Amino acid sequence: MTLASNGTHPVLIEQDVVLARQLVRKLAQDCGMRLIDLTKLVTAVSELARNTVVYGGGGYMDWEIVERDLRSGVRLTFRDEGPGIPDIKLAMTDGWTSGGGLGLGLTGAKRLVDEFELDTAPGQGTRVTITRWS
Amino acid sequence: MATLHATTVQALQSNKLSLLTTWIESLEASGATRNVKEADLKQQANDFLNTLIAALEQGGSQNVNHENWAETRVLLEKLSHSRALVGQDSQQTASFIFALKGPLFALLQREYAEQPAQLAEQLWEISELLDALGMHTIRTFQKSRELVIKRQQEELLELSTPVVKLWDGVLALPMIGTLDSQRTQVVMESLLQRIVDTGAEIAIIDITGVPTVDTLVAQHLLKTVTAIRLMGADCIISGVRPQIAQTIVHLGLDLQGVVTKANLADALALSLKRLGVTVTKAV
Ligand SMILES: Nc1ncnc2c1ncn2[C@@H]1O[C@H](COP(=O)(O)OP(=O)(O)OP(=O)(O)O)[C@@H](O)[C@H]1O
Ligand SMILES: [Mg+2]
Repeated sequence: MTLASNGTHPVLIEQDVVLARQLVRKLAQDCGMRLIDLTKLVTAVSELARNTVVYGGGGYMDWEIVERDLRSGVRLTFRDEGPGIPDIKLAMTDGWTSGGGLGLGLTGAKRLVDEFELDTAPGQGTRVTITRWS
Repeated sequence: MATLHATTVQALQSNKLSLLTTWIESLEASGATRNVKEADLKQQANDFLNTLIAALEQGGSQNVNHENWAETRVLLEKLSHSRALVGQDSQQTASFIFALKGPLFALLQREYAEQPAQLAEQLWEISELLDALGMHTIRTFQKSRELVIKRQQEELLELSTPVVKLWDGVLALPMIGTLDSQRTQVVMESLLQRIVDTGAEIAIIDITGVPTVDTLVAQHLLKTVTAIRLMGADCIISGVRPQIAQTIVHLGLDLQGVVTKANLADALALSLKRLGVTVTKAV
């Protein structure tokens, strides 16, 4: 697997969620992703970026264009230094929310991408890495 | 603290024109003048040099927050604001000031050719001063940018709430752009109000122009559908394109009980059917 290009985008306030979506939309277009895959990826970004702002107290989105076996894809890491998630199993349950949400953001995002990794602990912040191949 | 000598201020005054020329040349070469009219640039550069010299001639403080610098500050604030409006970034805007360093340093080098110690001191002082003015420009630029963005958002807020009457008893709400909390709230409220005002029986929310339907958007839509039903009317969501439909399924959203259609035409056809209206081709 090789790395074609990468960067970091702030996800600090509500408006950054929109900007992150726009950036990823462009990245996905650049690697020739089909509209359906692109829409799924951008929706996952919307969920994870909003969690970063709302629960993580703001953070960053690292992005990479990745290549493997002649396919290219977009890999993103959402990271924050917030409170972390005490019970991962609970957080990864459809419909569970600690706020007033639908509790579908994390689980939904997982179903919308090809690879999903959640790394978090209480007091250690949260990192979610996702990849979608075109 | 050392200050700028009268000799330095004098040198600035008597070489103003040549300074202006070389400054503008280096600004143009650096690409910092993109989208700025040549006449405006000349005017701004000239005004800046004038207020700079005037402030220095008053002697006293080189602290740019001092009242002697009020005029210079206002000038830079206006400049920042106009640059933000034409879409320049903070770097391009600040280089207006920083590009003056080259020509100024060259001037001082000629002026103090025989006095290296003085030269070093004066170079340091003038450089500190320009940095402070540059920072002031960047700070006010950022404020201006925020204002521009805020105003654009508010414009969008006002533009985006057309509730259209499609038929007697049928209202449509075409949603365009990003459905984030604030805007959605306004749009939904105006739809509910129009339903009351017109006694409409069916409301169609068209999301063709909404690029992303995530859990937050879905939550807003579901709340609105519930409110419309409580008012005794029916609601149809149209513009659910194939990629959006698939995404909704993967997200695990439950839109059961909500009538959805792929496009507005289908939604209107269904509404007319419910109202018992038939449309036929005239022969
Ligand atoms: N970055 C984060 N930092 C801390 N807690 C988080 C983070 N992301 C998610 N969580 C926790 O996990 C829970 C589930 O998140 P999820 O996105 O699935 O649902 P939600 O945000 O509550 O609702 P929605 O369906 O609107 O996204 C959240 O309620 C929150 O308690
Ligand atoms: Mg969420």
